[in-house]
Amino acid sequence: MSSIGTGYDLSASQFSPDGRVFQVEYAAKAVENSGTVIGLRGKDGVVFGVEKLVTSKLYEPGANKRIFHVDEHVGMAVSGLISDARQIVETARSEASNYRSQYGIQVPLKYLNERVSMYMHAYTLYSAVRPYGCSVVMGTWTDYEGPQMYMLDPSGVSFSYFGCAVGKAKQAAKTEIEKLKLADMSVKDLVKEAARIIYLVHDELKDKQFELELSWVSEATKGKHELVPREVASEAENLAKQALADIEDSDEGEM
Amino acid sequence: MAFMGDTMNPAPLWHNGPTPGAFYNFPGNSSTYGPGSHPASDFKAHSASPITTTTTVIGLKFDKGVVIAADTLGSYGSLARFRDCPRVMKVNDLILLGNGGDYADFQYLKDIIEQKIIDEKCIGDGLQLKPRSLHCWLTRVLYNKRSKMDPLWSNYVVAGIQDGEPFLGAVDKLGTAYEDAAIATGLGAYMATPLLREAVDKGGLDEQGAKALVQKCLEVLYYRDARAFQRYQLGVVTADGVTVEDLAEITPRWELAHMIHMK
Amino acid sequence: MFRNQYDSDVTVWSPQGRLHQVEYAMEAVKLGSATIGLKNKQFAVLIALKRAVSELSAYQKKIIPIDEHIGISISGLTADARMLSRFMRTECLNHKYAHDAPMPVGRLIGLVGNKMQICTQRYDKRPLGVGLLVAGYDDQGPHIYQTCPSANYFDCRAMAIGARSQSARTYLEKHLNTFMDCDLQELVAHGLRALRDTLPNEVDLNTKNVSIAIVGPKTPLRICDEAELSRFLALVEGEERRGGGASATGDAGAGPERDAPGDERDPQPAVAMDTE
Repeated sequence: MSSIGTGYDLSASQFSPDGRVFQVEYAAKAVENSGTVIGLRGKDGVVFGVEKLVTSKLYEPGANKRIFHVDEHVGMAVSGLISDARQIVETARSEASNYRSQYGIQVPLKYLNERVSMYMHAYTLYSAVRPYGCSVVMGTWTDYEGPQMYMLDPSGVSFSYFGCAVGKAKQAAKTEIEKLKLADMSVKDLVKEAARIIYLVHDELKDKQFELELSWVSEATKGKHELVPREVASEAENLAKQALADIEDSDEGEM
Repeated sequence: MAFMGDTMNPAPLWHNGPTPGAFYNFPGNSSTYGPGSHPASDFKAHSASPITTTTTVIGLKFDKGVVIAADTLGSYGSLARFRDCPRVMKVNDLILLGNGGDYADFQYLKDIIEQKIIDEKCIGDGLQLKPRSLHCWLTRVLYNKRSKMDPLWSNYVVAGIQDGEPFLGAVDKLGTAYEDAAIATGLGAYMATPLLREAVDKGGLDEQGAKALVQKCLEVLYYRDARAFQRYQLGVVTADGVTVEDLAEITPRWELAHMIHMK
Repeated sequence: MFRNQYDSDVTVWSPQGRLHQVEYAMEAVKLGSATIGLKNKQFAVLIALKRAVSELSAYQKKIIPIDEHIGISISGLTADARMLSRFMRTECLNHKYAHDAPMPVGRLIGLVGNKMQICTQRYDKRPLGVGLLVAGYDDQGPHIYQTCPSANYFDCRAMAIGARSQSARTYLEKHLNTFMDCDLQELVAHGLRALRDTLPNEVDLNTKNVSIAIVGPKTPLRICDEAELSRFLALVEGEERRGGGASATGDAGAGPERDAPGDERDPQPAVAMDTE
């Protein structure tokens, strides 16, 4: 980034001479400093896994969540500034609610994604506001379209994914996700993979404490987005810890 | 869609400033009062009568819960027009809602209440709307509408479990709200309430007894209320949750009609 | 002082993905005197250290009642806090009017968070320079919430914010597991000890500079009067002071997520009761 500090990077409504909008890129940086979020789309549903970094022992365990319900059938996992992300959640909720009141059915994720993307994009156009410092992943399952998942960036760009990762360790997480045969896997298996990947990419040296958040929306949950039940989640978590310990053991063996 | 702004009527550039060719127009200025400054477009006519209507809804408390029942007829004036108008609604695990009056008004408010419940589920803090809260909220909505001379033409009966205890309350289209152990709206207020009160005063009602009594009331109303119907819905709410039973039917016995003599 | 070109507006992201204006607003919280919130199974308690602007002035109020079941304790710009408290009161009243039930604490905090976020994203606004500790009681029991100028909020088991509050947090962390099972007296005593750890050695707590608020089941929010205050203060009177005041001063813990640990910019007043 050679143009940093040349004065073309102070406003979202300004291009640099080489055609970039730096403020949007900087906002994306805020996301890269945040805990890792992954979304996995299998054959029968979508699973979200979040590495929620806990910065103080004084916080109530399990509170201050990073996975939200947008509507009964849509879940949203967020990475980046949580206060910014909550505004996106609110926007998505009101879009979903408006759609239902207009058309009497659940909002299709494709449409919801388009609306929320437009909203985020609008914040990259003006000097009077700053772009949102968060990326969000939305997922759903319907009987007529099956699983659907989208990821939205601070730039307002969004794509549909089979598997995606954002946050601190997105590279490592992506590498792990690419090894999976996502299209053949059920959410039951994906939950375990999500837990394993989050545990694997967590950097124990830099961030000591974290909580694993898991949610899913699938055929089995009748298309409702739910937090993964405690028994299932803790089983997945134990497996993840075990897998991590195995890796460490074998590392020591090689040394 | 408030966030999109009012695209049809954009806000004026400034308020209370000079208007081209006119004097300053401050708020409270005497020229803004009086009939001359209110063109006909300032006045609005509202519909003030119901179109498709439903009749009585009955609510009755028993020892461990509340039962609500209503028939499924939508009348168009005196015409028995729609035969499948369900109006006993599960709100959440604590609340059953019954309605009588203009059916479109009910459908309108039903959508809003359903969205309210979805909003609450989205927050995901595990808290659930309680019957007294919904009763109060309905009172505010209905009273506000009637104060704008634009009432929702409805009676609502809210049944539920409030902090472990049975709750039963009613609100009418004017926003009049009350709680009671037995409630019947519409014509039922005249014909069913006495039967219900008698049983309540006697005490010791259980679920079976309450259901039987409510069914009896529906039968009586079916004979005497020309807007009543034989098919009905019945719902029960207890601490275990809310159930709305499948549609049931009264078996009418018109052979006793000859005993009724009009004078 | 270090300056950079990315810190003049809230609408400007730094190349590192930080919002300096928001981070500066977080610093304002550390200018206020310390305040502490903690809870046991039934009660939520706020304890605050009050300052007087001058010898002739009264002590500045730190605890603001919001509703029968919610109170807040503030650190930072008092005027900003008054704006927020008015908003919170209005929301509580509206909820009560529409639903005939007290506002659930967590939902109120959610509204406050969303309101505070707006002014961290617009050129013509600034973040609110105040941190709140919110104590409340609802159907789900007692709550302590912390809100920040960054519009972040946290559901806490205990928390301390304000000047030199790191020492208080150290105390709270150390005794965190005992709070749930202790009674109200012990709970307040813990809070007072934590608060005392933020004081320099030559100053001590007294009925003038301490404020305590309690809320719990069938206990509407109560700000203790002088008699009750002295009863509580007697609980910790004469105890040996730990080295709180002199040692830990870094205020990193309650900062935003990316606040570097050991980032010591905590103002050090010569006398704790001095000017604000």
